[in-house]
Amino acid sequence: MGPLAQCQALLAAVLASAATVVSTSAPAQDRLAERTAMIETIKWHARSAPSAIVRQNIDPAVLNTMGKVPRDLFVPEEQRGAAYRDRPLPIGYGQTISQPFIVALMTDLINAGPGDAVLEIGTGSGYQAAVLSPLAAKVYSIEIIPELGKRAAARLAELRFDNVEVKVGDGYYGWPAHAPFDGILVTAAASHIPPPLVEQLAEGGRMVVPVGGPFATQVLMLVEKRRDGSITTRQLLPVTFVPLRGGKAR
Amino acid sequence: MRAGLLPVSLISAATLAHEVLLMRLFSILQWHHFSYMIISIALLGFGASGTFLAFARRPLVERYPAAFAASAALFGITAVATFAGAERLPFNALEIVWNPGQLGWLAASYALLILPFFFGATCIGLAFSRHSRQIGRVYAFDLVGAGIGALGTVGLLFLVFPYAALRLVAALGFAAAALAATGMACHRWISAGGLGITAVVIAVWLPPYWTAPGPHMSQYKGLRMALEVPNARVVEERSSPLGLLTVVESPTVPFRYVPGLSLANTQEPPAQLAVFTDGDSITALTAYDGDPATIAYLDRTTAALPYRILERPRVLILGAGGGEQVLLALRAGADSVDAVEVNPQMIDLARNRFADFGGDIFSRPNVHLHLAEARSYAATTGERYDLIQMPLLDSFSAAAAGVQSMHENYTYTVEALRDYLAVLRPPGVIAITRWLRVPPRDILKLFATAIAALEADGIAEPGRHLALIRSWNTSTLLVAKSPFTDEDVAAIRDFAAVNFFDISWAPGISASAVNNYNQLDQEYLYEGALALLGPERANFTERYKFDIAPATDNRPYFFDFFRWRALPELLTLRTQGGAAMLDWGYLILVMTLIQAAILSALLILLPLWLRRRTLGGAVHRLRFGLYFLALGLAFLFIEIAFIQRFVLFLGHPLYAVAVVLAGFLAFAGLGSAAAAGWMAGVGRGSAVRAIAVAVVVIAFLAVTYLLALPFIFGQLLALADTAKIAIALFLIAPLAFFMGMPFPLGLVHVGVRSEAFIAWAWGINGCASVLSAILAALLAMQVGFTGVVTIACILYLIAPALLAGSGRYDQKASGLVPDMNATTGE
Repeated sequence: MGPLAQCQALLAAVLASAATVVSTSAPAQDRLAERTAMIETIKWHARSAPSAIVRQNIDPAVLNTMGKVPRDLFVPEEQRGAAYRDRPLPIGYGQTISQPFIVALMTDLINAGPGDAVLEIGTGSGYQAAVLSPLAAKVYSIEIIPELGKRAAARLAELRFDNVEVKVGDGYYGWPAHAPFDGILVTAAASHIPPPLVEQLAEGGRMVVPVGGPFATQVLMLVEKRRDGSITTRQLLPVTFVPLRGGKAR
Repeated sequence: MRAGLLPVSLISAATLAHEVLLMRLFSILQWHHFSYMIISIALLGFGASGTFLAFARRPLVERYPAAFAASAALFGITAVATFAGAERLPFNALEIVWNPGQLGWLAASYALLILPFFFGATCIGLAFSRHSRQIGRVYAFDLVGAGIGALGTVGLLFLVFPYAALRLVAALGFAAAALAATGMACHRWISAGGLGITAVVIAVWLPPYWTAPGPHMSQYKGLRMALEVPNARVVEERSSPLGLLTVVESPTVPFRYVPGLSLANTQEPPAQLAVFTDGDSITALTAYDGDPATIAYLDRTTAALPYRILERPRVLILGAGGGEQVLLALRAGADSVDAVEVNPQMIDLARNRFADFGGDIFSRPNVHLHLAEARSYAATTGERYDLIQMPLLDSFSAAAAGVQSMHENYTYTVEALRDYLAVLRPPGVIAITRWLRVPPRDILKLFATAIAALEADGIAEPGRHLALIRSWNTSTLLVAKSPFTDEDVAAIRDFAAVNFFDISWAPGISASAVNNYNQLDQEYLYEGALALLGPERANFTERYKFDIAPATDNRPYFFDFFRWRALPELLTLRTQGGAAMLDWGYLILVMTLIQAAILSALLILLPLWLRRRTLGGAVHRLRFGLYFLALGLAFLFIEIAFIQRFVLFLGHPLYAVAVVLAGFLAFAGLGSAAAAGWMAGVGRGSAVRAIAVAVVVIAFLAVTYLLALPFIFGQLLALADTAKIAIALFLIAPLAFFMGMPFPLGLVHVGVRSEAFIAWAWGINGCASVLSAILAALLAMQVGFTGVVTIACILYLIAPALLAGSGRYDQKASGLVPDMNATTGE
């Protein structure tokens, strides 16, 4: 990381915290400046995590949507002030809204195109679905906890993310009526990947699974279906960390 | 005084019981890395009370019965109120990385939880001051109470839930207050009666929701998350000192808990009940109707690998849990299954309460369920097996957060693996399944441990005895008694290929055959296996940024991967996932140490320093201060090293804490009481001489135990629990007896020079106790128990030299001076 990047990150952080102060005093104000700072932070993180990013940089389209979606409206009232900070936030029911950088990485990995249908297991706040919405043709999202699901559905409708459909239910069986999916995002922790989801993944489609505990994403797993029917995974670290000292840094 | 010294016993029992209970309750509410915080909170309360009494003793002692009763009643009130308050604080341990404000809530819990210990200790300190002519008797009542409190709580926790036990502890505080109040000059019977009624009311009536941990459990624990799902409900709850077991049924969204299941599997698992231990660490009870086809998916887990190379094996399962591995063994055609489980309540749930649900598999003639700790069973069984299965029993999030890092674990040490190999009949196999963490830690450490065990058994080419496969989230290591044959390797390859598993090590595997299905950015496991099996081993282990050196019985911290030099890098990367790679257990211990150091300086040392002028010359102040510092550190170093050492012998950390603590308390008390006689006889009137002889005896005994304990444990591991507890106490007795002497003898020595120094000595000793409880744990992880005990011996041996040089005051010394710190084990 060069000194310039450090300066940028520092500037972004200062902007973000300054904006936080402003926003708490004027809640109605659009928080564009904070979003801009957030995007800068994501870019800074991305430069230091080349292994997790498929192309050289995070797709500008992803950053563009993230610069528009009002993240503050997807977090609980008491977390609004911290909505654009570079961190995951609690949203109740033992669930969290991921750190912006992780949202960007996951969206980038899904690589949704304008004609694609994307399935999300674990709607949570609805923020991830909102970010996917402008990038895909259709986003289907299933939430297990009724209160979260209903709230997210109402919020997404209110903010006119019209191509997102949310239902409350068991994500294990996917959403066969709309299968196959070009991208599937499994944010609800599971001991194994449900077979119906693998089945509903289109050939050449991508499934992304964040692995780790609450507040601690360890790796992002990319599941791909090969032509011969075999299924492979790739474990992508969101950081560059070589466990062997003196080992080859990439 | 009408009640005699009984109130002292009661409050002493209540205070220690409260300490043990808080450890249990916070394991349920949060995670068990809070155990050490509770120890330091308790000791801090004791230390602060010593300082308080140094200032306020006189007026309180004059009104002794009322002051004792008031302090005991305050203990009763604060025991319940501070816990109820602390569990309601919005503290979230997982958020500390992102939000330093959480440390404020942690400090707030500290401030609250100290109070009952402060009041309990104040009662005892008052008793010592009031009865200064019969210190020996006060000690006896105090220490008997403390011993009963520590042991009794463990027994009590088998009978009642922890929140109910907390009410009983508070009631005990009020009972002590009522008894003490009978000695008051006026309003005697009204006060005693009122306090007595309060005790009864608290014991039977207090609303359970005040202290119930359930609603305040961290919402990020598995149990809380499971109960958020519609129609999920608790169908059974069992509590014991070994943990709170909660059985949950979730008909709408079934659990389907099958870690390590292949991506090639297409079968949905049958209905399951989830059993959570302390709200986390799930194990599944799987519905079974006797048709093996319904559990065919189990063939596609990494743990099924050994059944591809063994035919009709005799199977030993270490950690039966809900019985998933028993099902797999039955499906795979095992000849017989012996399953070992340490928790009797888990056995009852699986074998009796939910027997019908699980298809009564534990009642089959070829299935036997044993109540035992894994290691003890393996070391003592006469049976021989073809396969030892060690399944995954901890939760992924617990493994991921590194919360186990400071827990001794004797099931994954070099000595343990050798014990397991010894009960295998050739060509038997041990299969160990762990979560796969990226970058790898557990698996590489396990691999290194297996190599060390095989080599210790005289095997020249350990690589031919090892095989390692992995799915995307689990990894299974096979350790074979005989070298794998070519057919074995072919079977392993087939199994891996059909299930999209990767082979990270097998005899003859080449670099082109690894990292196919579940790709890591680099095949650390294969590279690690190659390095660990070759001449590069020491260099590789040294260069790896996590600690993967084999765990041994002397340093049984299998889950401790922390290395200081990786810390700066991981902290820099913390907001990008680096925090997830940190093993927090160790770091939390360090933070606790720093926190305790600051607090003990503020609460104990600073007030005493302000009164330093009364303490005499600066040189003596320094030397005497260092003496009590050395004692405080050394006593707890030995006590804690013994607690950790006895975990292996007694089979569970909680038994070890209760038995060793009770033993050290009681026998150190006896030693303190006998110190005057020792000084007159052996010391010929000189405290310093008496101390010098005592510390030589201590060092001799400690070193002897260090060498002899592994042998003694090896011989006696098979005995019944009660016999082992008696033997443990018998072993501790002589050592603790002599360890009880240096403190009161030191007080005699300095007391004749400056009476005011006694308070100072208490303070320093209390402070050292707080720090050494945590320091001992940290040191054990670095240098092992041998190292900790050696350091303690050195501290003991240099201590008398610090007092020497002012010997002529010795002759004036008469009677013993109060030593309230002995109640905490100094």
